[in-house]
Parts: sequence; C-alpha cells; structure tokens
Amino acid sequence: MSLLSVRDLSVAIGAAAPVDGVSFEIGAGETFALLGESGCGKSLTALALMRLLPEAARIAAGSVQFAGEELCALTEAQMRSVRGGKIAMIFQEPGASLNPVMTIGAQIAEALKFHGGSAPEAKIVELLAAVGIPDPARRATEYPFQMSGGMKQRAMTAMALAGEPELLIADEPTTALDVTIQAQVLDLLDGLRRERRMAMLLISHDLGVVAQMADRIGVMYAGQLVEVAPRAAFYAAPGHPYTRRLFAALPDAESADRAASRQRRLLTIPGSVPPLGTQHAGCRFVERCGEALPVCRTTLPPWREYAAGQQVRCHLETAHTLLAESADFTARAKVGAGETALLEARDLKVHFPLRRGVLQRVVGHVRAVDGVTLALQAGRTVALVGESGCGKTTVGKAILGLQKPTDGTVKLHGKLLQGLAPAAMQMVFQDPFGSLNPRLRVGEIIAEGLRALAVAGDTRMRVVELLEQVGLAGDMVGRYPHEFSGGQRQRIAIARALAVRPQLLICDEPTSALDVSVQAQILNLLTDLQAQLNLSYLFITHNITVVDYLAQEVAVMYLGRIVEYGTVDEVLRSARHPYTQALLAAAPRIEAGLDGSREYVRAAGDPPSPARPPAGCHFHPRCPRAEARCREAYPEPVALSATHTARCFLAV
Amino acid sequence: MLQIKFVLLWSDLLFFVLIAAVVVGGVWAGRVEHLRLAWRQVGQSRVGMATATVLLAFVLVALLDSLHYRERLPGEQENYAVEVRSALDAALTGLRTRTEKTYSAPLATHLFAKESLDADLGRDFPRLKHGGAHLGEDLTAQGGDIAAKAIKGLGLGLLGAMAFGLVSLPLRRAAPHLAWNAQLATVLVLCLLGGVIVALAGDYHVLGTDKVGQDVLYLTLKSIRTAILIGTLTTLIMLPAAVVLGLLAGYAGGWIDDVIQYLYTTLNSIPGVLLIAASVLMMQVVIDTHPEWFATTAERADARFLALCAILGITSWTGLCRLLRGEVLKLRELEYVQAARALGVSSARILWRHVLPNVMHIVMIAIVMDFSGLVLAEAVLSYVGIGVDPNTISFGTMINTARMELAREPMVWWSLVAAFAFMFVLVLAANLFADVMRDAFDPRVVKQ
Ligand SMILES: Nc1ncnc2c1ncn2[C@@H]1O[C@H](COP(=O)(O)OP(=O)(O)OP(=O)(O)O)[C@@H](O)[C@H]1O
Ligand code: SF4
Ligand code: SF4
Ligand SMILES: [Mg+2]
Repeated sequence: MSLLSVRDLSVAIGAAAPVDGVSFEIGAGETFALLGESGCGKSLTALALMRLLPEAARIAAGSVQFAGEELCALTEAQMRSVRGGKIAMIFQEPGASLNPVMTIGAQIAEALKFHGGSAPEAKIVELLAAVGIPDPARRATEYPFQMSGGMKQRAMTAMALAGEPELLIADEPTTALDVTIQAQVLDLLDGLRRERRMAMLLISHDLGVVAQMADRIGVMYAGQLVEVAPRAAFYAAPGHPYTRRLFAALPDAESADRAASRQRRLLTIPGSVPPLGTQHAGCRFVERCGEALPVCRTTLPPWREYAAGQQVRCHLETAHTLLAESADFTARAKVGAGETALLEARDLKVHFPLRRGVLQRVVGHVRAVDGVTLALQAGRTVALVGESGCGKTTVGKAILGLQKPTDGTVKLHGKLLQGLAPAAMQMVFQDPFGSLNPRLRVGEIIAEGLRALAVAGDTRMRVVELLEQVGLAGDMVGRYPHEFSGGQRQRIAIARALAVRPQLLICDEPTSALDVSVQAQILNLLTDLQAQLNLSYLFITHNITVVDYLAQEVAVMYLGRIVEYGTVDEVLRSARHPYTQALLAAAPRIEAGLDGSREYVRAAGDPPSPARPPAGCHFHPRCPRAEARCREAYPEPVALSATHTARCFLAV
Repeated sequence: MLQIKFVLLWSDLLFFVLIAAVVVGGVWAGRVEHLRLAWRQVGQSRVGMATATVLLAFVLVALLDSLHYRERLPGEQENYAVEVRSALDAALTGLRTRTEKTYSAPLATHLFAKESLDADLGRDFPRLKHGGAHLGEDLTAQGGDIAAKAIKGLGLGLLGAMAFGLVSLPLRRAAPHLAWNAQLATVLVLCLLGGVIVALAGDYHVLGTDKVGQDVLYLTLKSIRTAILIGTLTTLIMLPAAVVLGLLAGYAGGWIDDVIQYLYTTLNSIPGVLLIAASVLMMQVVIDTHPEWFATTAERADARFLALCAILGITSWTGLCRLLRGEVLKLRELEYVQAARALGVSSARILWRHVLPNVMHIVMIAIVMDFSGLVLAEAVLSYVGIGVDPNTISFGTMINTARMELAREPMVWWSLVAAFAFMFVLVLAANLFADVMRDAFDPRVVKQ
C-alpha cells in the first residue's frame, strides 16, 4: 500500500481552479517529482497536502490519505501534529523560513520539543551533523545571517528532520542555490531519504534535477497532471505532447554532432499557459498542441497507458510520430576567428571599499573583479560562467562603464574608453520584472534611448519596427509592462537595447528567470538578431547547456578572476581547471534520467567571500586536488592551446 | 457701489494655490493609469469614501473661512472696518454677535454662575440675553421646544441629504463601482447633525458659551480653518525640500549625500519643541517690533501663523527626506535605472522619469499621515503658548483657555469637549483615510 495517496484533489481560489483533479501516490521510501512550469499549480498542490493553503484558497474536492488516514477530515489541531511530525516541508527560500533572531540550535530545539521529544544538546548536534553541516556544535549557536544559502537550506532540512517525518515535501529546494551547492543539497536529500526510508515529494521545474532525484514523475500543466511515469521510461520516451515539447525546447548538450545541433533552432511551444480562471472544455494544452484533434477541444482526454507504468492524458491513440524537426537557422553568423577585436578588456579590476564604524573608515575591499582580461570579436558570443557573487555582473557593468573600474582598461575598436559609450554597448538584465519601469508605457521605454541620443528620424516608426524585430506586435506601444509575461518583457528589454544600434549586447542571465519553453524563444531570438545585425554577445549565465548552444568561447570565473578560458569545446569537453570540472559535474544532466548515473566530482564547501579570498589559489579550500604550493601562490595562466588557458598548477 | 473690500491674506493665497494644485493633480492623475487605479481603489473602499466626505466637509468650512473681507464703514468717506471677516463669519453672524456675559452650559437659559441681581432678590442665576430668550418667562416649555426644533432639524437634514442624493445622481451613474452608499450615509449623518444644530442654534447656544460669553459652536467652527491650514500648508512648505534633498541624497551619493545626511541628522537631534519655541519667540519679537508691516491684527496673526507653519515644516521634512533617500538608494540599483544610464539618459531625466514616479506613493502617503500629526502638534504647541497668535481661534487656543475652567467647581466642560470632539473627528477621518491611501498606493501591500 502506498504511503500517500492523493485522489482528485482540487483547490479553488474564488471561481478559478489552480489545481484541478490531481491524483497520485507515493510509496514509502520513494521519490515522486512534480514537474511543471511556473504557475501550473505545483506548490499549491503541496500546500494543500499540508493544509497550509493561503487565505484565499481552499480545498474544493478530493481526498488525501496518509498511511490510511484521511488528512482532509482532520481538525486543525490534529493536523498540527501531522505537520512536521509525519510530513515535513522545506521551501525554496531558506532565508525566509528561518527566524532571523533565534540561533539555529534554538530553532531546532523548538521543533524537537514540539514533537514531544526532549531537546538534548546532543540530539541537535546530531541532526546538524546528519545534514552535513561542518562543526555542528559551533554552528548550533549561530544565527541564520551568519550562514550561507546552502547552509541555511541544510539547517532547514535539519529542522524538518526533527520530527522524524515519513514524508518530506521539498518545494524547489535548490532553485535559489548555486549549482555546486545545489549538487551538495540534492546529494544530501537523496542520502537522507535512503537512510531513513523516507518518502519524498520533490517539486521542481528543472528536468535535470528531476532526472537525478526522482523514482517517478508527474508532469503538471495548467492545474492538471498530464503525465505520470517512472523515471527511465519518462526520459527515454516522454509521452504527452507537452512533455515532449518541453524536452525539445532544451538545448541538446549530448548530441554527437555539436555543429549541427548548434545550427538548429530550438523548438518552442507557441503561445503561453492559459491564464488562471479560463474555462476548459477539453484538453488544456489544445491551443499550443501541434497534434490536436477536433475531439481535443470538446472532451477532457482520458488517461491512457502509454508504456508500462507510463500514464498519459491525451486523446492520441498511440505513440505517434515525433515532433516536426525544428528548422535550421537560415544564416547563423559565420563566425571566423582572427578578426580584429571589437572589445578588449585588459586587467579589469573593481574593488568595493568596505566601510565600518562611525567615521566610515575603509577597513578592506570586496574584490568583486580582480584582474579580468577578455576579448570579443564582432558577431561572436563569449559566455561568462561562474557561481553567484563571483563578479560576473560587475564585469559586465565595468565594461559598459556603469561601474567605474578601480583599475584596468576597456578598448572598443582599439580606442580607449572612458566612462559610458552608450551607442556601442547595451545590457539586457536578468530580472524581467525589475528591468522595465512600471510607470512608463512600452513605447516610451523603447524610445528612451532614441531620445537620449537624439537619433534622427521618426521615433514612432522606429519603435514599432523594433517591437516587430523582437517578435512583438507594433500596436503594443501603449501598454504598460505589467500587462506582459516574463518572456515578453525580456523581448521589450532587448528592443530597448537594440534601439541605439549597439554592436555589443551584454546579456546578464537573460533567461534564468524564464520557463524552459520561453527560454527557447529568447535564445532563438538572440541567435536571429546576431545573424541579422552582426551583434556580439557577452553572455553571462550559470546554465552550461545554454552556453554550449550559444557561445563560441567560454570564460569561467571564480572569485573575481577568470580561471579558465577557451573555445566552447575546449572548456566544456576537456576542462582542465578543477573548478570548471566541478561546475560541469554539478550541473544536473537530463541524461542521468536514463541510466541513473551520478557524478561524484564535487566541490566541497561554500564559495568564500570576495572580501577575504583565501591565500594562494582561491579555489584551494574546495579543490579536491589541492597541493601544498596551491596554498602559497596564485597560479599564472597556463596556455594549453592557442585559445585555451587555465590558471591551475596542475593544468599542464 | 461695493460695500466690502476683499482681503487676501497670505495664508488664504497659499491655501487656494494648494487647492488648485490638488485639482490639477487630480486631473493629471486621472490620465496616468496606475494612479487612476489606485484612486479607484480608494473610491471603492467604504471607509475611504466616508472619511473623504468628512474631510471634504471640513475643507469646505475652511475654504469659506478663507474668503476674507473688510466691511465699509457708514459715512461719506471710504473707510473700512479694521476687523477682517470671512464668508464663514458672515454666515454665522448670528452666532458671532449673540454673546452672553460669561459661561453658560449647552442649551441653557441661564448663566452658569450665580450673581447678585437686585438687593432684595439676592444671588441667583441670571437669565441669558439670547439663549432661550424667545421662551419668555415660561421655562417649562423649554424641553418641548428643544424637541420640536430638533425634529424640525432632523426633517431639514433629511431633505438636505435627499437633495444631495438627487444632485449627485449623475456622478453616481458615471462611476457606478465606487462606494457611493458609504458617501451617502455619511452625508446623511452630517446633514441630520447639521440640521439639528441649525434649527437649535438660532435660539440657543448649542455648545454653550465661554468665559467672555462667545458661542462655543462658533469658536469650534472657526478653529477648523486653523487646523486644516496647519496640516496642509506645513506640508506644502516642507515638501519641495524633502523631495529634492531626498532624491539628491539617494541618487547622487558621495559628498552630496554626506552633507544632506549631516543636515537632517543635526536638525533631528535638536529637540523639536525647543527649536519651535525659540523660533516662535524670535518671530514674535520681529512682528512686535514692526507693527507698521501689518494693516490689521488679522494680518499680524496671519504672519505669525505662517511662521509657525514654516517652522513646523523645517522640523518635519527630515522624516520624509530620510524615507525617500532610502527608497532611492534601492531604486538607483534597479535594472531599469541601470538600463537608462547605459542608454546615456541624463541624471536629471532619470530622476524625473524613473525615480520620482516610483517614490510618489511614499510622498502621498506621507502627506496624509503627517496631516493628523500636525493638527495635533498645533493643539499642543498652542496649549503651551508657542503656537498660533492668541487672537487666532484654534483648537489649541480653545483648549488652552478651557484648561483653567476645568478647575472650577462645578466644572465647565463644554469648551474642552467641543474642541476635543471636532478635533477627534478630523484626526480620526484623516488617519483612516491615510490607511486606505496606503493600501491603495503602496505597491508592497498585496492586493486581493
Ligand atoms: N555596489 C556594491 N558594493 C559592494 N559590494 C558589491 C557591490 N556590487 C557587488 N558587490 C559584491 O561584489 C561581488 C560580485 O558581485 P556580482 O554582482 O558581480 O556577482 P555575480 O557573479 O553577478 O553574481 P550573481 O550570479 O548572483 O548575479 C559580490 O560579493 C557582491 O556582494
Ligand atoms: S489531448 Fe489533444 S490537444 Fe491535448 S495534448 Fe493530446 S493531442 Fe494535444
Ligand atoms: S591551483 Fe591547486 S588548488 Fe588551485 S585549482 Fe589547481 S590544483 Fe586546485
Ligand atoms: Mg549577476
């Protein structure tokens, strides 16, 4: 018998049904993953299981059986003993779920006491040790602000374990963390599940994370489950048209023919998720489905056995033909090396002073960027990868002149730049919600650069032209940013940057806040624009598959310095720096879903603070291959080929 | 030929400018989408509509009391009376002129204290000159008379409210989703109260009389202008400084930020009351040594009043300035501001287009929140004698004079209660309105 059995669960907010008739089961010791894009109802489902729904929402129908007990029938008081006792939950933002004014130890003690146990010091330390917090006795006396994000997520997990739960619900537990830390936390969760024979409900939007963790997978779309399958079958042959499109929208990292796969457009899912409150008669995916039949519009599709254990909710009878092959880019820029550099940054440094005390004395510096040298040719893309806080954004801002460099030079077409060079370089930012002024209309936003530079010509015409260039309708000029989805906003931001006809776009994680299918649209757009306008990109990201698809060269940054630099194939396929290797190994890979393989080249610990970088090689405290000399001096760049350099003593 | 001469006091002028600014701002806000939405939310709130109605009633009284004039004296030559009166005074001529000898309780027919009348009659409560004079000697009819007048007043009020409902019908049709019912209910309550008071005020002192026999109702109505003007003009004076300095400090950073921060921390660390006391006394001296600057006592009182507004403004801009600086520090790092900088947009333009519109909600909320604080501050300052000119009628001066009366046996309570009740209603309405505004304008408040 399964541990948790959810039957026809529906959640209502007013008249809308963000979760509609969801059924699944989780056995003891099993990991079930709920996969879906933002807004599809994953989190609400989890909250409904815990009976922790927000004020406006309520469970409209269905039953939740946990170990034979009906949770929907329990009183609030009884439910409290289930929460944290039999079922525990951890959330995406570890910082927001810990009380900032209590020590970690006190918070765990509280959780222990609440579940009837006494809270001896030893038990707290044991829990902290179980979640892999080094020096647990000392950490127990610390406050949340003294811990890094990964550490806080571990502490949260320790609290969740305090009640010895039989089911752990993890809602995007690693989305806010860096890849190397994400890998550590995922390992930890999986280990704990094995050890304690705990069941786990993992909520994620990341096909790679799910591939690593789940035994079975449920795909949600617009409030309904559309596919439930065991992992191997799911990753071998996804059944539902929506799921197959999700896979196709990802850049394919493992294809044998790299050149051909880069030449291919990413498949996108047309349209967008139907808004909450839409009335559906038939299949919810019908507007975006390429295979839709007439019956799809009128009748809710039934569950079908697609393969052994793989249930798909679709009218299509059999495993049908694959999706139409995606088209090639008509003219992806012919990238030739050896042209003169468009941009050259030499020995760029940005140090932020650290001030303390009443007199605001400078007590040190955050070495956000500490000697970065980069060159970029016209029409090419250089990717800058690295973990959060390593200085990627600051490099971008320093090149642009938004941030005054402490030292170093930036040359454009061989000419030394001083301050801003507005027309030549522009930036596209990460957060599509923070990058557009909510008080201005789209037309005004895009026209801003034209006005500032007093570009001659008809501004209105040019704005419409730009909107069409980024794939939006020209009549959208009068609307406000809040009327657009994340992907559309990112297009507007790109149009704003293009308005002044720049030669270089610095894209700071332009797709990391977007869903997979929307990410594919933006990547296609960027590639098209590059071909049309001979643009160069400095592409800042932490997503390795995107790098592989888009870039010609890659620079890997660690703590303010570039530790490895080379062509895509050199850096991603024969990485020589241990940090690059760890980064590549930590990136969740979809292929893991097929064979269940897990890599174990892990960087231990957290990235150090750029205010106090370790002596010698900055990476040595985390490096599995560190030697004595690594603690003494920072390695000089070692040339491995004409284009490939790495800063490691062992790279040679 | 004109029998009056209009007088425009400085405070009147500023008040009119302010009202014009509010009207222009309202028209402009109607065109900007997010402001229109926020105002609509205010309009949809029952509390918002009700309190707005109450506040409007107060502002109307203040406005009437700001239309000043001097009457022409009889005679051949063109001479004008030294007293400056307002439209409100004209409307309340009856109340203003029917003064008694000294204290009398609300609705009383006799003075509050016994006096020796005639040698043979001994000490007794003398009859009022005006209060209940129409009753003649037959005082048994007083209760019935009051009840009859009150009922007549209620009827009058009901008629008034119905007339208002009819007149405002097109407005309700035009915007049917707003909480008009709350507004109508408030108007009804105001009309009923007003009707009763009007019906009674002709023959009685509804709220009694004070030490020199002035009608307390008249005094409270006159106090409204002072309270409203203190609350709004002070803001008008401090707003430019707070906004400009706050934006500059937050956006420019560096030494400019240091200087501005230094300025407001210094100002903030001087005890406000001391600063105000010192400045007011200095102003007083200046005003007293230059009697030739002022044609009438009203103008002199007005000068002191404006000085008080300015001083309150100088001591109260720091809070808003600090708030704005913090918000701008955050906004400056936002990506759309960075994007604008990358496009080469000038700093002035960035402040105007990207920063100011995104801190406007803070400014608006601060204005309304500060209002009630300032009304109360005036009362306290006047109470300790460093507020408005003693000749200016205000809640503060009313309370100040009432303070002695509290010690009398039996107690004279009505001046204090009247001032307190009016001020309470005003401040409560302003506070509730501020809450509604905050909910509507603050983007951090989650909308349902
Ligand atoms: N204005 C500033 N003042 C002080 N320190 C700063 C400032 N801006 C950035 N830093 C610090 O500099 C370091 C590098 O920051 P940066 O934003 O460049 O990192 P990043 O690689 O872009 O990170 P992420 O992936 O999170 O965007 C961080 O430690 C950050 O805290
Ligand atoms: S039911 Fe029809 S519309 Fe829905 S996914 Fe299947 S084929 Fe497409
Ligand atoms: S230099 Fe040493 S510590 Fe640094 S990456 Fe290489 S092996 Fe590791
Ligand atoms: Mg960044």
